[in-house]
Amino acid sequence: MQFSFSDEQEQFRDGVQRFVRDKSPTTEVRRVMESSEGFDRDVWQQLCQDLGLAGIHIPEAYGGAGFGCVELCIGLEEMGRGLLCSPYFGSAILATSAILHGADDAQKSTLLPLLASGEKIASLAIAEAAGNWDGSDIALTATPSNDGFLLDGSKQFVLDGHIADIVIVVARTLGTSGADGIGMYLVEGDANGLQRRAVNTIDATRRLAQLQFSGVRAQLLNSEGNVRQTIARVLDEGAIALANEMIGGAQALLDATVEYAQLRMQFGRVIGSFQAVKHKCAEMLLDVELAKSAGYYAAQALDDGDPEVSSLASFAKATVSDTYMRTAIESIQLHGGIGFTWDHDTHLWYKRAKSSEVFLGDPSYHRERYISCLEAQA
Amino acid sequence: MTANDENPIRDEVRAWLADNWDPEVSLIDWRNKLADCGWGVPHWPAQWFGRGLPVKFNSIVDDEFEKAGAVGVAKIGIRMLAAATLLDCANDEQKARFLRRILTGEDTWCQLFSEPGSGSDLAGATTRADRNGDNWIVNGQKVWTTSAHHAEWGLLLARTDWDVPKHQGLSFFILDMHQPGVEVHPLKQMNGHASFNQVFFTDATVPADNLVSKIGDGWKIAMTTLAHERRGADALRRWGKVSDRDGRIYAEERAEVATVMEPYKWYPQRAGRVDLVFSRALETGRITDPSVRQEMAKLLMLSRSAELTAQRARAAQEQGRPQGPEGSLGKLASSHVARQAAKVHTAISGANSMLAGEDSPLNGVIAEILLSVPATSIAGGTDEIQRNIISERVLGMAKEPRMDGGPFRDVPKNPTRER
Repeated sequence: MQFSFSDEQEQFRDGVQRFVRDKSPTTEVRRVMESSEGFDRDVWQQLCQDLGLAGIHIPEAYGGAGFGCVELCIGLEEMGRGLLCSPYFGSAILATSAILHGADDAQKSTLLPLLASGEKIASLAIAEAAGNWDGSDIALTATPSNDGFLLDGSKQFVLDGHIADIVIVVARTLGTSGADGIGMYLVEGDANGLQRRAVNTIDATRRLAQLQFSGVRAQLLNSEGNVRQTIARVLDEGAIALANEMIGGAQALLDATVEYAQLRMQFGRVIGSFQAVKHKCAEMLLDVELAKSAGYYAAQALDDGDPEVSSLASFAKATVSDTYMRTAIESIQLHGGIGFTWDHDTHLWYKRAKSSEVFLGDPSYHRERYISCLEAQA
Repeated sequence: MTANDENPIRDEVRAWLADNWDPEVSLIDWRNKLADCGWGVPHWPAQWFGRGLPVKFNSIVDDEFEKAGAVGVAKIGIRMLAAATLLDCANDEQKARFLRRILTGEDTWCQLFSEPGSGSDLAGATTRADRNGDNWIVNGQKVWTTSAHHAEWGLLLARTDWDVPKHQGLSFFILDMHQPGVEVHPLKQMNGHASFNQVFFTDATVPADNLVSKIGDGWKIAMTTLAHERRGADALRRWGKVSDRDGRIYAEERAEVATVMEPYKWYPQRAGRVDLVFSRALETGRITDPSVRQEMAKLLMLSRSAELTAQRARAAQEQGRPQGPEGSLGKLASSHVARQAAKVHTAISGANSMLAGEDSPLNGVIAEILLSVPATSIAGGTDEIQRNIISERVLGMAKEPRMDGGPFRDVPKNPTRER
């Protein structure tokens, strides 16, 4: 187990950090988050083509760079720091993970190069009205038809589902219940019978869509293993990836808060000289460093094939979600009135923290999952 | 570390042990031998009982000692802080007089720093040392002194000049604890143990030869001691590991360790005993309560992140990278862990949390956790002081304006307590 990044990994981080700083200053974040698609296609192409980030963890045989989850997470941390608006999480993380773990070789060979190059954007649709990502309450049905399946039902909270070229849909075959009959299906984004609507979200930097399926033509992803296990694996990877993305955001908030406290004058001195302020900043630093330890360790565990990876994913997701939210709350608090204004940037991270807190399961969910994992190991 | 660096050292210590190790000699004779050859403290200078090797070789030497079943020098307790401080700051005559007997275990030491009137503000010490001919005459009181009741020597921080700013008026002395002017009383804590002492000085004397470094250097030297203490905090967990082998020397070492470790027996409970949480929750059946599960998960995750953070700090250190913020956060993290652990143990034990001693779960361990945890966020620097240090030194934030400049005589102080 590695407890520090190599020089090469630090150089990689610097490269992504420069790119995000250059392409995603908050003026750009504000412009792009108010655009109809919610991301900038030029920046997306550069991210995929010039930096190769969408395929960083995809094996070279499928058009990727063949790096590990640690590198993937370093990139995500930097995107999270700069609140880069892009379909990266939905396409390069969730959908790519579903294909990597739940498709046959022919499907991987067809799909993954398209996602790695950024030519196509994919999205993964699991959750329905109740907002569960573990596949425990799927109602959307798949009915066999002459050349595939027809999907009927609806999906919620689909990351970038409104613009995806390909949607991977978790559905059940008609007449099944519980864990039986669950499968993953491939749908074209512009398929007949698919109605897509970008829903209003508090975090405009991350778009969610509602999808309605009425007899939508679909192909089955030919998973060799148990689909529920595949979904669990995708959730583990997604939770670890999201945790690392959140680390970057929390660090950005901490940095901005400390900087502001060193400039803002009240009562004849900078507010950063008051212990009431300094002590909060010290706690924020502790919080962020503990969160980094959880997120980094879980990412490394994925690369090491650690059998504990599910409990570590929940450990990382719960820990970092709470940290990001606490850091955002304290950041606004220490900025005072200006921190509550639209023109000040803190709320952009606050909103990302809130949407990330509950996306893929909130901290309570992951704490419960963590204890369940420990019980299973005991 | 390359194999080339390592092997000659390993071979050398192994050969020396093969020729010399004998479990039937007395502990003191054996340790004198270690002091002569330098294998007891290989990272110390060759002139002073070591071999002048880089610290990284210590683990190889320890490893060979363990394999041979050989006993080392006296390493546990305040004596090692004394030794480290003397090595750094004392003159040759003092090193020659004191270091060997520290290593053999013949002398025990204590640290006379904290006072009733100066806890977090250690530099506000008011115990005074006044020059009288060839001696210094000491009056005042120290507190929180571990092992003072069986120490031969004390590291004393005392004020020698009241007319300069407070940090400049302190000097550092080696004080003989066995003299009429020194009285030691145990200090009973809220958990019932008395692991510390109060030490009273009434015209106690220190020969002028026992001043360490120069007059006015006391603060600088005390900081050296405390830096060693912080670095050694990790070692505390390894303390008390003794061999259960038969042989005269092992029995002598066990007796020594039992004495030195006595004050520390509640320290694991002070940290919260996170290790007991899961088994206790299963045992009591509280593992089925969703709210208990949530609080347990918070604790176990917090504790795990804190351990991983310490590992990150060590990894950075081993790679020779500058210490990142993760290195200075451990103490504050341990306070959070201990508090949450006490909360979780209470939830798990329910009404039994009210019971003490043998009526308390695990024969009193749970009660001892609940009554010891408050020490974690105070001892060795309060959380508040840690937050000052972190915000100022790591985050670079401004210091609070100070009210204690100018001659120490004029600085507002606590009233002196009557005995």
